[in-house]
Amino acid sequence: MDRILIPDGVKRCSFPIFSLWILVLLGVIGWGIAAGAAVLIKALNLTGLNDYFGFGAYITADLAIIALGAGAFFSGFLYYGLSKFFPSLKELGKIINLAVVVGFVCYTGALAVLLLEIGQPLRGWFGYWHANVHSMLTEVIFCITCYAIVLVIEYVPLVLENRKVSESKPMAILAHSMHDVMAIFALTGTFLSFFHQGSLGGVAGVCFARPFAFREGLFIWPWTFFLFILSAISSGPAFTALICKAMEIVTRKRLVDRTVYELIGKIEGGLLSFYMILKLADTANWAFNMSPRFGLKLTDYYWGPYGLWLLIAEVGICGVLPALILISPKARKSSFLLFGAFLLDIIGVSINRFVMTIQAIAAPVMPFDKWQVYVPSVYEVAPVLAMLAYCALVISLSYRYMPLFPRETELNR
Amino acid sequence: MSEKGHAQSNIRLGMVIDLDKCTGCGACSAACQAENNISFRPDESNKLRSISWMYIYQLDNKKDYPDYKIAYLPRPCMHCDADHHSPCTFVCPVNATTRDENNGIVTHIYPRCIGCRYCMVACPYHARSFNWWDPTWPKPMTSMLSPEVSPRMRGVVEKCTFCHHRYNKARAKAYVDGTDPNKATYNPACADACPTKAITFGNLLDEKSEVAKLSKDPRAFRVLEKLQTKPKVYYLSKQDWIRNLADNSLT
Repeated sequence: MDRILIPDGVKRCSFPIFSLWILVLLGVIGWGIAAGAAVLIKALNLTGLNDYFGFGAYITADLAIIALGAGAFFSGFLYYGLSKFFPSLKELGKIINLAVVVGFVCYTGALAVLLLEIGQPLRGWFGYWHANVHSMLTEVIFCITCYAIVLVIEYVPLVLENRKVSESKPMAILAHSMHDVMAIFALTGTFLSFFHQGSLGGVAGVCFARPFAFREGLFIWPWTFFLFILSAISSGPAFTALICKAMEIVTRKRLVDRTVYELIGKIEGGLLSFYMILKLADTANWAFNMSPRFGLKLTDYYWGPYGLWLLIAEVGICGVLPALILISPKARKSSFLLFGAFLLDIIGVSINRFVMTIQAIAAPVMPFDKWQVYVPSVYEVAPVLAMLAYCALVISLSYRYMPLFPRETELNR
Repeated sequence: MSEKGHAQSNIRLGMVIDLDKCTGCGACSAACQAENNISFRPDESNKLRSISWMYIYQLDNKKDYPDYKIAYLPRPCMHCDADHHSPCTFVCPVNATTRDENNGIVTHIYPRCIGCRYCMVACPYHARSFNWWDPTWPKPMTSMLSPEVSPRMRGVVEKCTFCHHRYNKARAKAYVDGTDPNKATYNPACADACPTKAITFGNLLDEKSEVAKLSKDPRAFRVLEKLQTKPKVYYLSKQDWIRNLADNSLT
């Protein structure tokens, strides 16, 4: 039925099966939209947020998804920016389109959820109009908006390459021309992304009256600024690779060469190792130098569900362990270890975002204050799941109708 | 310019609360509620969603009878005087909350607040409340609202202002009377309502003022001094167990 829209030389599942999958995703998205609309109409009292937990599931999900979407800018930076100097990075060209799509959905999805997070959504534009240059959130608002625009620009040529659309000569010329200048957008996106990934870390790190989150740093930027950049680039491409692998399993096709995965594994291994060294140094400084100055010790930050297991899981099991696996050429040869390490890596960065958002405010600061536990309501869970379903929807549509993988035809002959 | 990097006047409004006098009666909190048109709901049992500019903490010394002791700690906004910025002000992405360097009061512009709650997250004293619902009052009370304080709309953050409207009134009166508006004095509603006179308010930089003298009393302390937030709310107590509860300590 939709054969005319499917790229030449590739096979896709039947239209009814695809429609069924899309219907499931639309169902989840509809559920999330209904929940989101209820929040907009009836206000944030529907959520599990309160005066103790000003930030909750929306922010955590946004931070995590934005970090994982970093595969777009960082892969673009490696491919468009560095591959001239390091030819082996040209391999990333085989997955770069998917990286752009993943980045596009992550950022646009995050922006949609962000709208629910503010108590006065109609005043969202005040962030641009009354911008406070001292606020890390202002940096976030500006950089994410600009980068989302860059991602739209990067996504458009992929749409224009659709078989039917590219039959139109002006569209084909536009797509070709946009591809020619894509390096400029990729590098612009890289610049913006470094800043907003960092400023998301800065949001927590500058809170000097919150000992759990506060970090000293360089000039106006706390160490979390740099750690967030590093953690994003050491997990984003892994997320893209994991999605690609999931698509291969679902479609039962080979979409990229094995060498691409191993290259990403090697890059991520190096970056994650570097990040872990700095993260461990930061954790040690925070626990044994900064916290005692505030009259606190490491164990004061952990209690009940927010126990030390979070630190062990984030830094040990989902940090050091995948780093050790990924820097080993032998381990990268094993699919189980390679993709297992990717999975641990992205779980680790997600825990980090949770910890720096929710646990940071769950920990009492005043000695007579009490620990509180945050439980998100269905009105928070549904929009977050809808955001993930939206990501899956756009990726599914992009895979079916756009030439995402240049090697797909050859690999499946 | 002051050492803080901001132009600073010779007015720093602050408060001293004598915890040894405080009975925990709640008059300060109730007066604040009425004075500032703070809305409330039929069921206020969830204190994590109650709006209270003057929250009263009950402290105890964690000992068993007969050594068990309690005290009450009223907590307004601390109007932190930390260098450069208060913890909550510089994080606001839309400049909705700022510290007025003319008097040190941390203000909040409700029609500009987007309700991101970053300021609430940044404040370690939980001095800020969010309007989770549209503001409502029982029917007869709507005609008793103060015309001097604007009610807040749903979806914005609010907090203690040291009854800023009273300060403006005192300054206006001084101007009309031909005296120096910068020397105008006033009391916030909580200080006026306290039956034991536990709350003293005034200019911390005026050495002759009662509040300045009390803030230098050997019994004076502030909450969370180690964080360098530099609150302008001081507490008085001669009881060590209360003073020890003011800040975290490794010992």
